[in-house]
Amino acid sequence: MASARDPHAPVTTLVLLKLLVSARLRSQLAYRGSFLSDVAGQVLLGVTEFVELYAIVHNVPTFGGMTLAQTLLVFGLASVAFALGDLLMGETDSMSETIRSGKLEVLLVRPLPVLLQLATSDFQLRRVGRLLFGAAALVVALLIADVQWDAAKILLATITPLAGAAIFCALFLGAGAMQFWILDGRQFANAFTYGGRYVASMPGAALFFPVQILFTFVIPATLVAYAPSLVILGLDGPAGIPAWTGWLGVPTAVVLSGLMLLLWRAAIKKYTGAGG
Amino acid sequence: MPIIEVENLSRGFQVMEPAGRFRRRKKTVHAVRGIDFTIEPGEAVGYIGANGAGKSTTIKMLTGVLVPSSGRVTVCGFNPVPQRKALARKIGVVFGQRSQLWWDLPLQDSYPILAAMHRMPEALWRPRFRELSDQMDLGGFLTTPVRQLSLGQRMRGEVAAALLHRPELVILDEPTIGLDMISKEKLRQFLDAERRANGTTLLLTTHDMSDIQRLCQRVLVVDDGAIAYDGPLTGLAEVAGAVRTMVVDLAAPVHSPDLLALPDGAVHQGIEADGIRHSVSFDPRRLSAATVLAAISSRAEVADLSLHEPDIEHLVRQLYGSARS
Repeated sequence: MASARDPHAPVTTLVLLKLLVSARLRSQLAYRGSFLSDVAGQVLLGVTEFVELYAIVHNVPTFGGMTLAQTLLVFGLASVAFALGDLLMGETDSMSETIRSGKLEVLLVRPLPVLLQLATSDFQLRRVGRLLFGAAALVVALLIADVQWDAAKILLATITPLAGAAIFCALFLGAGAMQFWILDGRQFANAFTYGGRYVASMPGAALFFPVQILFTFVIPATLVAYAPSLVILGLDGPAGIPAWTGWLGVPTAVVLSGLMLLLWRAAIKKYTGAGG
Repeated sequence: MPIIEVENLSRGFQVMEPAGRFRRRKKTVHAVRGIDFTIEPGEAVGYIGANGAGKSTTIKMLTGVLVPSSGRVTVCGFNPVPQRKALARKIGVVFGQRSQLWWDLPLQDSYPILAAMHRMPEALWRPRFRELSDQMDLGGFLTTPVRQLSLGQRMRGEVAAALLHRPELVILDEPTIGLDMISKEKLRQFLDAERRANGTTLLLTTHDMSDIQRLCQRVLVVDDGAIAYDGPLTGLAEVAGAVRTMVVDLAAPVHSPDLLALPDGAVHQGIEADGIRHSVSFDPRRLSAATVLAAISSRAEVADLSLHEPDIEHLVRQLYGSARS
């Protein structure tokens, strides 16, 4: 493949990205045993999360006003969105280690944006295990849940995983940026990322009213899966998460990503001492 | 035009220090205070000083990792922090303590990626890589994963990585730390040849006097954030009054220094191991090691000997002491 290329061809960003990602993938395959156990662990984690939801829904007729199939839709949407976000931006989770070990300086003296290097340096293939499980749950849910499809719902079902992924990317980015100020902030940051995933994958109506508001309008976790599911399933939402919020996914993703990118730039500036 | 221009450069850090039981007070620590120097293209400069003297802080300001608190810095015509990515294409940086190679991949896999980062097409980087690989003898371990390389092998790989894009300026932070004599020598030979062949400017920090002696015509000594000396290495030894130390092990014990008939200018420093081991210091500008050895040999049989160069910390301390008084 590489030898077939014209040796004088200019190096495009696409070629560079391919090289970076493939290097990352090969690194992971270097330890086959640990790679396989990681994939298995990720699938098992997905199964456990699902069993937890199943146990609740199985013992009560409805969970937050949703049946098992409807709950599965929320779970599937949230899992796919989180897995994609984690796949792209998961490295920012351990930003404090990157800073402390001096690795950040190595990234800073290369002619590439730090964020691009981080995103490609942690393209964790094992997380694909979680993505596949989430996608399977989503497909099953769409088949067994009783959905009256129309053009708007098809559109929403298509864009929701992508908007959700963007929301999680932004949350991971914010969590990484935060660790420039709070060097031991990994646990705190995890509250937003992994905590966000937990909230995203359950029916929002089961939450306490102020918590509904918090996770819809402050940390937009319910907008990832629950709110759009309300629209797709034709349900009314609880007081804190009205059904119209189901359409807020894309604008929220855009606004949140913009804000978190600004925060990230401020964080890099803080590190270099260029401002603030 | 100079490749590095530093003018009245300072950098302070805010640290919190305890003030009372719970309160903390902000305090500014000055890591670098008002330094000036310029480096011309093709120079090889050693940047030395004790730990915490401000070496790394200066390097970070030169490479665009850190913004100066005040003063001006221009590297390859760029202002490092705002023009970090443009600067990164012109310079190569080797951090002795951290790797820029892909840890889990065979060594040879790192180079195509680094070349792509510098947007070098295959026709440009492939021959350069072959040249570096030959000169640094990387052939034997190109297919070994980086994590399995010895420190000496890895450092050669790191230096090749920093030089792949033909940088005008190479900054090396402790490149020989932890290396054995042979690896050190290989690295020095290579850097020297590279500079002669391509006119590459070298700036290196080190604790090893031989690195400086082999590579640099000029040294900058930084102490407590200020430049204490800027000039040729020989001048540094003169300014600091450096002495060498000879340690001899004798075949039979000699209990008094007077019996060794040391020449004028040689000072007996002590006896160890019941009269077997003697250390003698002398000023290399006035006496040669051979003269000292001949004098001792005329009185006692020498079984073994070693020579110790003045270490940098010592020189710097001397220098700083004399500048203060």
